[in-house]
Amino acid sequence: MKKTKNLLTAGRRDYLISFGIVILAFAVVQTMILTGNITSSLKGQLVPICAYIVMAVSLNLTVGILGELSLGHAGFMSVGAFAGIVVTTSLADVIPFAPLRLALAMIVGGLLAAVAGVIIGVPVLRLKGDYLAIVTLAFGEIIKNIVNVLYIGRDAKGLHVSLLEPKFELAEGGKMIINGPMGVSGVAKLSTFTSGFVLILITLFLVLNLIHSRTGRAIMSVRDNSIAAESVGISVTRYKLLAFVISAAFAGMAGTLYAMNFSTVTAAKFDFNTSILVLVFVVLGGLGNIWGSIIAATLLTVLPELLRAVRDYRMLIYAILLIAMMLFNNSKLKVRLMEKRAAKRDSKLNKEAD
Amino acid sequence: MRKALSMLLAAAMCTSLLAGCGGSSDTGAADNTADSAADGASTSAAGGVFKLGGTGPLTGAAAIYGNAAKNGAQIAVDEINAEGGAIQFELKYEDDEHDAEKAVNAYNALKDWGMQISLGSVTSKPCEATAAETFADRIFALTPSASSVAVTADKDNMYQMCFADPNQGTASAQYIADQKLGSKIAVIYKNDDVYSSGIYEKFKAEADAKGLEIVSATTFTDASANDFSVQLGEAKSAGADLLFLPMYYQPASLILKQAHDMGYAPKFFGVDGMDGILTLEGFDTSLAEGVMLLTPFNADAEDEKTKSFVEKYKSQFGDVPNQFAADAYDCVYAYKAALEQAGCTADMSAEELCDKLIEAFSSLTFDGLTGETMTWTDGAVSKEPKGMMIQNGAYVGM
Amino acid sequence: MTFLSYLISGISLGSVYAIIALGYTMVYGIAKMLNFAHGDVIMVGAYISFCATSYLGLSPLVSVVLAILVCTVLGIVIERLAYKPLRQAPALAVLITAIGVSYFLQNAALLIWKSDPKTFSAVAGGSIKLFGGELTISAVTIVTVVSCIVIMVGLTLFTGHTKMGTAMRAVSEDKGAAQLMGINVNTTISVTFAIGSGLAAIAGVLLCSAYPTLMPTTGSMPGIKAFTAAVFGGIGSIPGAMLGGILLGVIEIFSKAYISTQLSDAIVFAVLIVVLLVKPDGLLGKHVSEKV
Repeated sequence: MKKTKNLLTAGRRDYLISFGIVILAFAVVQTMILTGNITSSLKGQLVPICAYIVMAVSLNLTVGILGELSLGHAGFMSVGAFAGIVVTTSLADVIPFAPLRLALAMIVGGLLAAVAGVIIGVPVLRLKGDYLAIVTLAFGEIIKNIVNVLYIGRDAKGLHVSLLEPKFELAEGGKMIINGPMGVSGVAKLSTFTSGFVLILITLFLVLNLIHSRTGRAIMSVRDNSIAAESVGISVTRYKLLAFVISAAFAGMAGTLYAMNFSTVTAAKFDFNTSILVLVFVVLGGLGNIWGSIIAATLLTVLPELLRAVRDYRMLIYAILLIAMMLFNNSKLKVRLMEKRAAKRDSKLNKEAD
Repeated sequence: MRKALSMLLAAAMCTSLLAGCGGSSDTGAADNTADSAADGASTSAAGGVFKLGGTGPLTGAAAIYGNAAKNGAQIAVDEINAEGGAIQFELKYEDDEHDAEKAVNAYNALKDWGMQISLGSVTSKPCEATAAETFADRIFALTPSASSVAVTADKDNMYQMCFADPNQGTASAQYIADQKLGSKIAVIYKNDDVYSSGIYEKFKAEADAKGLEIVSATTFTDASANDFSVQLGEAKSAGADLLFLPMYYQPASLILKQAHDMGYAPKFFGVDGMDGILTLEGFDTSLAEGVMLLTPFNADAEDEKTKSFVEKYKSQFGDVPNQFAADAYDCVYAYKAALEQAGCTADMSAEELCDKLIEAFSSLTFDGLTGETMTWTDGAVSKEPKGMMIQNGAYVGM
Repeated sequence: MTFLSYLISGISLGSVYAIIALGYTMVYGIAKMLNFAHGDVIMVGAYISFCATSYLGLSPLVSVVLAILVCTVLGIVIERLAYKPLRQAPALAVLITAIGVSYFLQNAALLIWKSDPKTFSAVAGGSIKLFGGELTISAVTIVTVVSCIVIMVGLTLFTGHTKMGTAMRAVSEDKGAAQLMGINVNTTISVTFAIGSGLAAIAGVLLCSAYPTLMPTTGSMPGIKAFTAAVFGGIGSIPGAMLGGILLGVIEIFSKAYISTQLSDAIVFAVLIVVLLVKPDGLLGKHVSEKV
C-alpha cells in the first residue's frame, strides 16, 4: 500500500517540479522583460535555451528512459530546422499570421523528424550499446552531409528540389530557400520566448504522461531487462522504436524553434558536437530525470555567457566547471547529502503514517 | 532527496542568472574605467570615446581569423588613441566560436556593454546572423572579413571591408582568362564552408562565360580535410594545367605538399584566404613557389604604412599579420575618417551614429592597407585586388 | 594503376586511423570507457614533438620519446584527477567527463600555443617510386604501417603473456573478481591509460607527419574517425582496431574517387552502418551472449 503511494507521489512530484520550474522561470523572465530589467544578452538566449530544453528532454527519453545511447540527436534537429524553414518561407503569403505559421512549421518539422526516426530506428535499434551509439553518430553525419548538398528553391510554379547542384532554374521572382553548403540566409525570425515556452509545456506534458503511463513503464522494463520484459509479453522492438521516434519528433520541433530564431542556418551547425552538447545536458541533469535536464540545459547554455568576463580563459574555465560538476554529481559528498535528505523525508512519512 | 537537489540547483541557477545580469554590467563598467585610465588623459577631446565592438572566433578551429582581426583592430585603436585626436575608440571583441548562435550572444553582450558602432563578425555565417540583429537594432556595422553576399543583402547599415565572395570568384576567372594562365582548370573547394563554395559558384559561372574549361571540380569537408590524393589525382588525370583553390591557407598548404609529393605541378591560383601561407610556422615556402593569388594585402609591401603596421603587429603579437588583421585595421581607420567627416560625437546614440555613418560611407573615399581609393555601394567595397605571385618565398606583383 | 595508387592513399590514410584506434581500443578494452579526450592527447603529443624539434633543436627521434613521456604523464594525471573518482559512476558520466577533458585540452593548447597553425616536419622523409614514378609510397606511410603492426603485435603479446597484461584482462572481465584475486585494479587501469596515452603521442607524431598541419583542434576529427574505426573493427579487439582503421581509410578514399567527393562522408558512414547491421559486434569483435 505504502509502496504504491510512493510511486504515485513520485510521479506527481515529477510533474510538480518540472512544470513548477518552467512556469516560475517564465513568470520571472516575463516580469523582467516587462519591467525592462533584462539584459540583451539574456534576452537573446531565451529561445535557444527553450530549444535546448526540448532537445534535452527528448534525448532523455532515448538515453534515460529507454537506456540507449544516441550520439546523433542533432540530426533530427537538423531535419526539423530545414523542414520548418521550407514551410514558413513557402507559406509566407498564404498564412500571414506568424504564430500559426510557426506552429504549422513545427508540426511538419516534428513529423519529418519522426519519419527520419523510423527510417533510422528500424535498423539501428537491433544493435546494442556502443555499436548503437556509433550508428546513431553515423546517421547524424549522413543527415548533415545530405542537407549540405540539398538545394530547394521556390517560384511561382512551386517548390524545386535537387541534390548535389542546383539543377533547376528559378522563374522571375523565385527564391532559393536552401542553397546547399551556403545554407539558409535571410529568414524572417518567427520564434519568440512565448512560443518556446509553449513548446516546452507541450513536450513536458506529453513526455511526463508517457513516462508515467503503462507504455512508459513498458519502455523502462525494456531498459532494465529486455529479456525479462519480452518474457512477460512486452514487444521490445515496438517499445524501443516508439520511444526513439517520439524522441526524434520532439527534437525536430526543437529544431524548427531554434532555426526560426536566427536569420541564417547551415547544416554544419547540427553536427556531432551539438549532439554531444545535448547529451551533456542529459547526463548532467541525471538520466531519466526530466527536470534535471531542464535545469542542466539552462545552466550550461547560460554558463559560457556568464564567463565572458574572464575573456581568454572562458572556454578553459567552462571545461573545468563541466568536469567539476560531473565529479560532484557522482561524489560521496552528494550521496551523503541526498541520504540525509531521504532519511528526513522517510521519518516525516513515517510520522504521517502514525 | 531529489527535491533538495532541485532546490539547490534551481537556487544556483537563479543566483547565477541574476548575478550574470548584474555582473556583466559591473565588469563592463570596470573594464571601462580601466581602459580609459590606460588610454591616458587625452580622452576628453571633442569627439570623445566611441565604443566599438566586434565578434569573432577567438577559440575553436577558426580562432586564427578572429584573433588576427581582433589584434589588427587593437593596433589601429591604440595608434589613434595615442595620437590623442578628437576621435578616440574603446575596442571590445567577444568570442563567437564561429557559430551563428554564439555570435548573436556575443553581439548582445556587446550591446549590454554599450557598443555604439560595430565591427560585425569576422566570419561569414556568424556575420549573417549578427547583421540581422544590427539591422533591427539600427547599429552601424562594418565587417573586416565576412564576405558572403547575404551579409549585406537588404541591409542599409551593413558594410564590408573585404571583397564579397562573388567578386573574388568573378575576378579570379577574369584574371585567369585575360592573362591566359590556363585552359583546363581544376577546382578543389570546401563544401561545408560558405566562403569557399560561394567563390566557387561565381567562379564557375564566369569561367563558363569566358570559355574556360573546368575539367574537374572536387570538394572536401571538415571531416575529410587531411587527404587530398583523390582530388589531386582527378585533377591530374583530367589534364588540368591550372588548379584553382578558393580556400584558406591551412588546407591549401596540405594540398601544395601532397601535389608536390605526387609529382603534380600545375599552376596554382588562390584567393585572399591563401594569404598567410608564407608565414605559416614551419612551412616550406619552396612548395608555394609560383603560386598566384588575388589578395588585397601584402605583408611584404614596401610602403611606410604597411611596414609600420607589420612591425607593430610582430612586436606585440609575435607573428606576421594576415589580411584579416589588415582588414580590421582598415575598418577602424575607415570609421575614424567617416566619423570625422560626419562630425559625430561620442555622446550620440547608436541610432544617430548609424544614420550619420550611412550618409558618410556613401561618399567616403578611403586609403588603407588593403587598397587605395576605396568606395562603397550598397555595403560592398570596391577596391582593386592585386594579383600576386610567390617567388623565392615572397610576393611579387604580377 | 590509378586503382593501385588510390589503394595506397587509402592504406596510408587508414594506417593513421589505425594507430589512433589502437590507443582507443586499448583503453576501452580494459577500462570500458570511451575516452573522447584521446584525440586531444594526440594533439598534445604532436605539439610537444613540434616544440622539441623546432624550438629546442632536438632530433626527431628524441622528440618522439619526449612526446611519449609527456603524454604518458598527462594520461596518468587525467586518469587520476578526472576519471578515477568516477570509477563507481555510470559509464555515461565518465564519457561526459572525458568530453570535458577534451574541451580543456583544446583550450589549454589554444592558450599555450596560440591559434595559428604550425607546419609539422615529418619524422621520416622521402618516398619510394614504383613503375617509373606512377606509384608513390611515402616513407611516412611505411613507417606508420610498420609502427601499427609492431604496436599491434606488441600489445597482443603484452596483454596475452605478461603478468600486467593478464591483470588487465582480468580487470576487463570483472573488476570485483579481479580485486578479490589480489589485483590492484587502480594501478592496472592507470597503467592502461599510461600505455594508451603513450600510443597517442606516437599517433600524434605520425598523423602530423602524414598531414603536416597542427592546430589545437587537429586531434578531434581524426579522433572521431578513429573511434568509428575501432567500433568498426570490433571495439576492444586489438587486431580489429588495425583492420577497422585501414578499411575505413580505404573506403573513404574509394568513395571519394569512384562515387563523389561531395557525398564521401555520408558514404563512409553508410558503409559502416551496413557492416554493423550484418556483423553487430564489429568485424573482429567478441560476441557476448546475454545473461538472463
